[in-house]
Amino acid sequence: MIAGLLDDFMIRATLAGLGVAFAAAPLGCFVVWRRMAYFGDATAHAALLGVALSLALSLPVLAGVLAVALGMALTVSLLSGQHQGTDSLLGVLSHGALAIGLVAVSFVSGVRVDLSAYLFGDILSVRPADIAVIWGGAILVAGLIAWRWSVLLLATLGEDLARAGGVDPRREQLVLTLTLAITVAVAIKVVGALLIGAMLIIPAAAARFLARSPEAMAVIAALMAAVSVLAGLRGAMLFDTPAGPSIVTAATLLFALAGLAGRLRG
Amino acid sequence: MSALVAIEGLRVRHGAQTVLDDVDLRIAKGEIVTVLGPNGSGKTTLMRAILGAVPLAGGRITHAPRLRIGYVPQKLALSPSLPLSVSRFLSLPTRRSVRACRAALAEADVAGLETREIASLSGGQLQRVLLARALLGDPQLLILDEPTTGLDQPGAAEFYRRIETLRAARGCAVLMVSHDLHVVMSASDRVICLNGHICCSGSPQAVASAPEYRALFGTGTGGALALYRHSHDHSHDHGCDHDHGHSDGADPGGGAGHAHGAPARPSAQETRRGVVR
Ligand SMILES: Nc1ncnc2c1ncn2[C@@H]1O[C@H](COP(=O)(O)OP(=O)(O)OP(=O)(O)O)[C@@H](O)[C@H]1O
Ligand SMILES: [Mg+2]
Repeated sequence: MIAGLLDDFMIRATLAGLGVAFAAAPLGCFVVWRRMAYFGDATAHAALLGVALSLALSLPVLAGVLAVALGMALTVSLLSGQHQGTDSLLGVLSHGALAIGLVAVSFVSGVRVDLSAYLFGDILSVRPADIAVIWGGAILVAGLIAWRWSVLLLATLGEDLARAGGVDPRREQLVLTLTLAITVAVAIKVVGALLIGAMLIIPAAAARFLARSPEAMAVIAALMAAVSVLAGLRGAMLFDTPAGPSIVTAATLLFALAGLAGRLRG
Repeated sequence: MSALVAIEGLRVRHGAQTVLDDVDLRIAKGEIVTVLGPNGSGKTTLMRAILGAVPLAGGRITHAPRLRIGYVPQKLALSPSLPLSVSRFLSLPTRRSVRACRAALAEADVAGLETREIASLSGGQLQRVLLARALLGDPQLLILDEPTTGLDQPGAAEFYRRIETLRAARGCAVLMVSHDLHVVMSASDRVICLNGHICCSGSPQAVASAPEYRALFGTGTGGALALYRHSHDHSHDHGCDHDHGHSDGADPGGGAGHAHGAPARPSAQETRRGVVR
């Protein structure tokens, strides 16, 4: 019965998209609160290099992406701990990773790779095994964040404040680094390396207009992301547009609507 | 009795720059220690070193076992994108009861702010909410980094009186950073004058008249004027410095400084009671 349901590519796509929404939304809240937008981008762009590496070494793409994303996230995390105002450095890493990834893929690809699938996602081609991986990763990410929720919030407010409260901010930073790498690895199939950052930031930013507490913001962001997935996939069917960008377009429209609603409510 | 915190030969570097060098400091139970020093002299670095937030290039910092520290940072980079009410903030990371929160806010003189978002607070309100949060942990040592930034002088004087009251009620030690010696004088048991190293330390009167202190802070400001007179009226005899008149009214020291441990209420502040909230 379930296997029969999963025969439908739209249902597979929807399940995969919802899994990504479930992980990206709460993590995205921390990305927004900690002003880590570039951090997310750099990690996502590095995933492309992971793709190239997997292809060159004939490894599973997931493994290569996870390894390179984790390496990039750790690097960025270390660098931003050492310097103040690393915005431009993160920008260099983010764009540099993207360019190097593109060059690397062109070296190994030949005819085997459809580059745009990795840049913008290929959600309509997910297989049941992909869905299992996506949901496994999503549950891991959401579980880690839920487990560390209070201390993550405290570390977000201030490192020294956290230390005085007996919390090691570096450990919490590591939790975010790890969850970011996992999210990138499971989301690349769905929205692609270029738009993972959007799935992190946009639902969370939209939720900010409506939320009155951090918990509410995470829940509203998850709902927004889920609605974006449903609406985006539907739109992609109706207008025959690429699915990943359609999902992000839907999220952007929701952001505008939430902004209006927030204004009206005062 | 052993100290809450013992610092020996502390040295801290930021890159190539040595920010703190050869700093020795012990903080005993229940005493109020004020650290003074010009901008960039390493005051915040010293506080952060005690919290374990900076790597030490040398020396040792020893805490009493299971020491509870309450910390009020100099500044907090709050992101307006984080919707966080004051009461939720007080409950991070340990959940506190509504009653405990209310009591702590009242003790920090910001009763009734529970439902406000922290990003919407004024600088002075935020400082006091931070103090309330520190108090909720029932600290044995309160570390306050320039807690009166953004307060006017009466507000600052009132704040220091509150710290003294807190110390009397809870018996906690207080280590605070300040820029205005003449305001903290009456509230401090001991003053440390810091400029990368400890230039001078001792009772507020001793520091005020120390040549090292005057070399750092000069004698030109209103507060220092009284100190200038002080240093000429007495040749470092701190036992009788309550005789001379402080007519400018800006000096809440008012001769109260000789009575450490039994804080006298300076009259200049008495008249301002009730101004703040
Ligand atoms: N994270 C850092 N990286 C590099 N240098 C730093 C860092 N933090 C502080 N410093 C340097 O260490 C020195 C001491 O800084 P600190 O913040 O301790 O001074 P302060 O006495 O608290 O000054 P203020 O009165 O302005 O608060 C300064 O020269 C500062 O430039
Ligand atoms: Mg400072």
